[in-house]
Amino acid sequence: MSNKPRSTQRREFLRKSLVVVPAIGLLGPASLSQARSASIAFTEAAYTPRYFTAPEWQFLQAAVDRLIPSNEDGPGALESGVAEFIDREMETAYGHGGLWYMQGPFTPEAPPTLGYQLRFTPRELYRAAIAAVDGWCKKQHNMVFASLAQEMRDEVLHQLEKGQIVLEAVPSQIFFAQLLQNTKEGYFADPMYGGNKQMGSWKMIGFPGARADFADWAEQPGKVYPIGPVSIRGDKS
Amino acid sequence: MIRMKSVDVVIIGFGWTGAIMGIELSDAGVSVLALERGDYQDTSPDWAYPNIADELAYGIRGKLFQPLARETVTVRHAVGDTAVPYRQYGSFLLGNNVGGAGTHWNGQHYRPSPEDLEFRSHIRNRYGERFMPADMQIQDYGVTYDELEPFLEKFEYVCGTSGRAGNLNGRLQEGGNPFEGQRKKEYPNPPVADGYGAKLFADAARTLGYHPFPQPASNASRPYTNPYGARLGPCNLCGYCERFGCFMYSKASPQTTILPILMRRPNFSLRTNSHVTRINLDSTGRRATGVTYIDAKGQQVEQPADLVIVAAFQMHNVRLMLLSGIGRPYDPATGAGVIGKNYAYQMMSSIGVFFDKDVAINPFIGAGAGGVQIVDDFNSDHFDHASHGFIGGAYIFGGQTGGRPIQQLSVPPGTPSWGAAWKRAAKDSYLHSTTVATHGSVMSYRDRYLDLDPTYKDAFGLPLLRITFDWHENEYKMSRFVTDRAKDIVDQMKPKASSLNLRKPGDHYDIRQYQTTHTTGGVIQGNDPSTSALNRFQQSWDVPNVFVTGASAFPQNLGYNPTGLIGGLTYLSAKAIREIYLKRPGPLVQT
Repeated sequence: MSNKPRSTQRREFLRKSLVVVPAIGLLGPASLSQARSASIAFTEAAYTPRYFTAPEWQFLQAAVDRLIPSNEDGPGALESGVAEFIDREMETAYGHGGLWYMQGPFTPEAPPTLGYQLRFTPRELYRAAIAAVDGWCKKQHNMVFASLAQEMRDEVLHQLEKGQIVLEAVPSQIFFAQLLQNTKEGYFADPMYGGNKQMGSWKMIGFPGARADFADWAEQPGKVYPIGPVSIRGDKS
Repeated sequence: MIRMKSVDVVIIGFGWTGAIMGIELSDAGVSVLALERGDYQDTSPDWAYPNIADELAYGIRGKLFQPLARETVTVRHAVGDTAVPYRQYGSFLLGNNVGGAGTHWNGQHYRPSPEDLEFRSHIRNRYGERFMPADMQIQDYGVTYDELEPFLEKFEYVCGTSGRAGNLNGRLQEGGNPFEGQRKKEYPNPPVADGYGAKLFADAARTLGYHPFPQPASNASRPYTNPYGARLGPCNLCGYCERFGCFMYSKASPQTTILPILMRRPNFSLRTNSHVTRINLDSTGRRATGVTYIDAKGQQVEQPADLVIVAAFQMHNVRLMLLSGIGRPYDPATGAGVIGKNYAYQMMSSIGVFFDKDVAINPFIGAGAGGVQIVDDFNSDHFDHASHGFIGGAYIFGGQTGGRPIQQLSVPPGTPSWGAAWKRAAKDSYLHSTTVATHGSVMSYRDRYLDLDPTYKDAFGLPLLRITFDWHENEYKMSRFVTDRAKDIVDQMKPKASSLNLRKPGDHYDIRQYQTTHTTGGVIQGNDPSTSALNRFQQSWDVPNVFVTGASAFPQNLGYNPTGLIGGLTYLSAKAIREIYLKRPGPLVQT
């Protein structure tokens, strides 16, 4: 078994991440891409977004970093590749709204209990909302979202979540819910979609991934399951 | 318009009931054609491991579900409101392709309680007519439990259902459900092994004097050959069941139980990518001449047939009857008309149960149905409702169906939904939490129904089906009562923390929250053509060479999962067609 060297490597990875990632909020957007590439560099080349523009990409990285921060409990969304995951999703049928009924008329004033009623596809929602949030932050703080300190970013996210920030054309709560849902998807989905790098989230919670074979363990209720995760492409940890 | 060669029987939709009708009627020697709007799909290659163990593709993006972009339904809470489209999946999940919703169900396989089938008569006899609110319009099925019993059994043996009898020929059996109707035979397979969450739940329930038993599961607990000769493999509790196809050949679906035999029959054929838009009627309007469908190229095709079986999902059955002009549409103002009448749903509540780190639940070890324990003491009319002021009930469910982290990870109450505190809670809770839930009935009401939407259209320009639905007082009371009993069991489990999700008076039906895919009604069966669309054999009163299968026939919704009852009713109908109708076509019940 080669468990020991791997887990040592993992701790080293997390330690480096810990040093680097929290610095992003303090140093501002100029250092963001540097900071990110520093934390990821020893495992892979930095990802170049296909859908999001540079300012949108900075927003996205700065936001997911606060939604699931890196700390001693396990990897954060940023080092897990969640921003990459979301960018890749934008080019799928899902991102283009192909999984949703998108015929009008649209009645955004319908009760929330009747579900999503905007005309935006996911990629359109991100585009419109990120510009609106950055515009709001500039007006309030003279800085875009990604340039704000961590605590300030958290505050903006809390206000979006509660619908306390009124954005033109985009209900902030709907955008926040979309962002949080996609962030958790990227954090926990199989690594082949670009997030959940090194199956870090699965290791953190104890989910064995695509193992899908528990015939023996089903007969032993209450006994701790001992085997680490496997991905669909066969990566183990 | 292309016109095809006539067949004896055409089946619209090729899920569970289409497959049952296909095998039973082709066995009678007639020519049978099934039309399926989606593609073919089978265990291999479509659901092969490891690609099927993909929560994002199947569980979240819904690879097995009907693409809502092409066709959905619209929803409103009350008559007079404007309905809006169900644009994204939430509350219920419609199936797609061969096997339909029968591929992505969980295998939770119940029989109705005897009183469920004669519900109006039973409630009136036990509590009096006035116990029912004035706008509640529950009805009898026109079939009794004893008449249906052999067909319920047949479907269990086709599915290889794993469970333990509670009432074998009138004798109560230790470890089974003491509230069930009499069964003539034991389940074909023994129960699936309990998960740890289920075991803790059952121990607590027993302490309180309740009667927990293993949930009947169409997840085979051992290798099994069904009466058609199809073979199933043992479930390994992989945790990818509901929303997924089964790579283990364990979960009963048309693919594992019927298609291996049916697809080889020379007098049976299947045409996929065939989207039926209308059942055609002759000039009298009393006889169907076949169906019209749109093929893969987009061409309109006429398929003549002597007998039409409408076997799509409940909502699609109702829509097709309305689009075809069979039976009088229901009018909520007058209460007259039958098509679209008595739409009902189910009401669930759930409790997240969180333990300390010394309790290893291993939530990823789960089957859709197996490994879970049930308390049925407060379902149906298993207890005296007189002092409680509501009708119906729910079973209480203990354990988990899987631990897929995007959808099935839960955190203790009071935890923020993001940030470091959420992450800490996710890390600490995941391995040590399980679920207790209630799964309850919804009665039918005068103002809850289905019709065609005046505004929204599908990809072919035809009106969408419109749902008018919200909760009623009776269901809030039911859910509160059974959930209080469930909370007692949870307290007895002595967890570190628990969370509660309960629908309270004033809460509107929320289309965003998944509850169950168990939508019912709209083409209901009964004894009287003025109050039902179908007779007891699921034959249209108006057009006797049309039969309509599935949960659209339920006059109200029971507390159990519907598939067992759907299968039983379909087998009863198939037998009547084989033995009576094919020899002498015409109404099977005289009016």
